[in-house]
Amino acid sequence: MLKSLNIDPGKCTGCLQCEMACSLENEGVFNTAKSRIKVFTFHEEGRFVPYTCTQCDEAWCMQACPVDAIVINAATGSKDVKNDLCVGCKVCTIACPFGTINYNADSGKVVKCDLCGGDPQCASACPTDAITYVDANATGLDKMRQWAGKTDNAGA
Amino acid sequence: MIYVVVGAGPAGVVAAEQLRKLDPLANIMIIGSEPEPPYSRMAIPYYLTEKIDESGTYLRKADQHYSLRDITIIQQRVTKIDTAMNTVITESGEKYRYDKLLLATGASPSVPPVPGIDLPGVHNCWTLEDAREIVRLARPGASVLLMGAGFIGCIILESLVLRDVKLTVVEMENRMVPRMMNEVSGNMIKRWCEQKGVDVHTSTRADSIESAGGGKLKVNLNGGQSVEADLVITATGVKSNMQFAIDSGLHSDQGILVNSFLQTSNEDVYAAGDVCQGKDFSTGEYTVQAIQPTAVEHAKVAAGNMVRGHRSEHIGNVNMNVLDTLGLVSASFGLWMGAEGGDSSELVNEDAYRYLNLQFKDDVLVGASSLGLTQHVGVLRGLIQSETPLGVWKDRLMKDPMRIMEAYLACSQAQVATA
Ligand SMILES: Cc1cc2nc3c(=O)[nH]c(=O)nc-3n(C[C@H](O)[C@H](O)[C@H](O)COP(=O)(O)OP(=O)(O)OC[C@H]3O[C@@H](n4cnc5c(N)ncnc54)[C@H](O)[C@@H]3O)c2cc1C
Ligand code: SF4
Repeated sequence: MLKSLNIDPGKCTGCLQCEMACSLENEGVFNTAKSRIKVFTFHEEGRFVPYTCTQCDEAWCMQACPVDAIVINAATGSKDVKNDLCVGCKVCTIACPFGTINYNADSGKVVKCDLCGGDPQCASACPTDAITYVDANATGLDKMRQWAGKTDNAGA
Repeated sequence: MIYVVVGAGPAGVVAAEQLRKLDPLANIMIIGSEPEPPYSRMAIPYYLTEKIDESGTYLRKADQHYSLRDITIIQQRVTKIDTAMNTVITESGEKYRYDKLLLATGASPSVPPVPGIDLPGVHNCWTLEDAREIVRLARPGASVLLMGAGFIGCIILESLVLRDVKLTVVEMENRMVPRMMNEVSGNMIKRWCEQKGVDVHTSTRADSIESAGGGKLKVNLNGGQSVEADLVITATGVKSNMQFAIDSGLHSDQGILVNSFLQTSNEDVYAAGDVCQGKDFSTGEYTVQAIQPTAVEHAKVAAGNMVRGHRSEHIGNVNMNVLDTLGLVSASFGLWMGAEGGDSSELVNEDAYRYLNLQFKDDVLVGASSLGLTQHVGVLRGLIQSETPLGVWKDRLMKDPMRIMEAYLACSQAQVATA
């Protein structure tokens, strides 16, 4: 059974441990600006919303890529960017209706969540269980995906 | 079933793969006219900068990709469709029968009506063959004149600068990327390029090209000025590759005409990609968008409709582009130029080269363009295509368009829903 990240913004306190862990795991530095998961702040309501790729089935990024640089990880179901193949054209960044694959000017390539190969560090680092890594069916991602479905030309 | 796909670009390849997925036992053949394995034109700029070699442009990387899927690839140019006999005929006279046919022959650069355009040293940048010539001629220090600063022109522009040539750009319109950026942002890109040492002439036309001796060319501009160049590259628009289809009786306009199932005027023939005049999501009109994401989506829908028992309507594609001009990233989506009776909000920071323009119809985002933004730009597409009502966020975005990500999260993500 594939697992996915389940995000419960109600539990998020905005501590940014997830961003730090992500940046350390993937970029080797503590720098929240380099994180693939982002915590958005709603100042008026004092709310925090962690947000990253849902590894959606449609995989617009993968479909749009002109050089086959995004592939499905058979073990986790994540859509991974192959750095040696990515030319940095950014077409995936406009094709993804969630805005969760982004260009990194330093590397000249794009970055996105790859579930850390099956052990997502953001979930491990989160002290309040706002981010958990659980069976895909149990998550609230369906609604988000439903919304995304409206973007799908090929229908279901 | 026998499916024949004409054209081995992204539309043709994605369609063939989708056909295989939906019809495991069918006979599937791609007929393409270029000698290389199927490749992506979009990757050519990165071949020019030597970020990748030729194989880096290939659409699929595994040697056995096509044979494993039992997709036959034939290198031939199709010159005729015999719709009465369900047969395509190639240049060398070979005939291939089909039950369903997909035309995915793409587009070619249009040739501007300029005297001297056929001189040696004047090139397009469209195929791998063109790219090899450009690599040969655009040596460091060479003088290069680029005709056209549209989307494709601007993409090549960056590659040329990275090849250390002395570059002059000539564009007829009053700004760069006129079909993607308005005057404010199009001129910010121009200023950026000039600061990087590119000589940009907007509102300027090349009137004629002549040989200047010693392998050099002289390009005469309409203001009376002339520019010497070792190489002239034209990027002045594209036209669909459809003459053979027209001669075979298919209906056409800018591209091959299709219905909302991407079916042409002949019921056994479909079209996809740059050759197809498909539906635009934003306007509901049928146009040739000539962009990669549209080619791929067309291919998926068309292939689905070619297989019995699968029928899905094409809802139309949001026109969208992203461009990197020497480090300045710009993007545009949908009705970036605005909708009739709509509202817009704009943030301009000329010094920091930042720009964001949002276009609304009622409380729905219908278009956007940006400069200098690289994070989460995809949500602009998401909001446009999902037609998500923005409610109270519309007013907040009218005051500050940069809050788009908050608006997106609040309006579209069920688990976030607040206001
Ligand atoms: C330099 C460059 C940069 C680009 N950058 C971008 C970008 O950043 N973003 C973007 O969205 N788009 C970009 N594009 C556009 C994009 O490449 C096209 O939209 C895309 O290639 C369309 O795919 P297609 O399969 O419809 O056509 P094509 O890729 O043109 O493929 C058509 C195929 O059909 C074959 N063919 C044509 N006629 C015949 C015939 N009679 N018989 C047999 N075969 C035939 C051709 O040889 C070719 O193999 C770029 C294009 C160029 C040239
Ligand atoms: S930026 Fe890289 S991963 Fe994204 S579409 Fe281009 S080549 Fe593919």
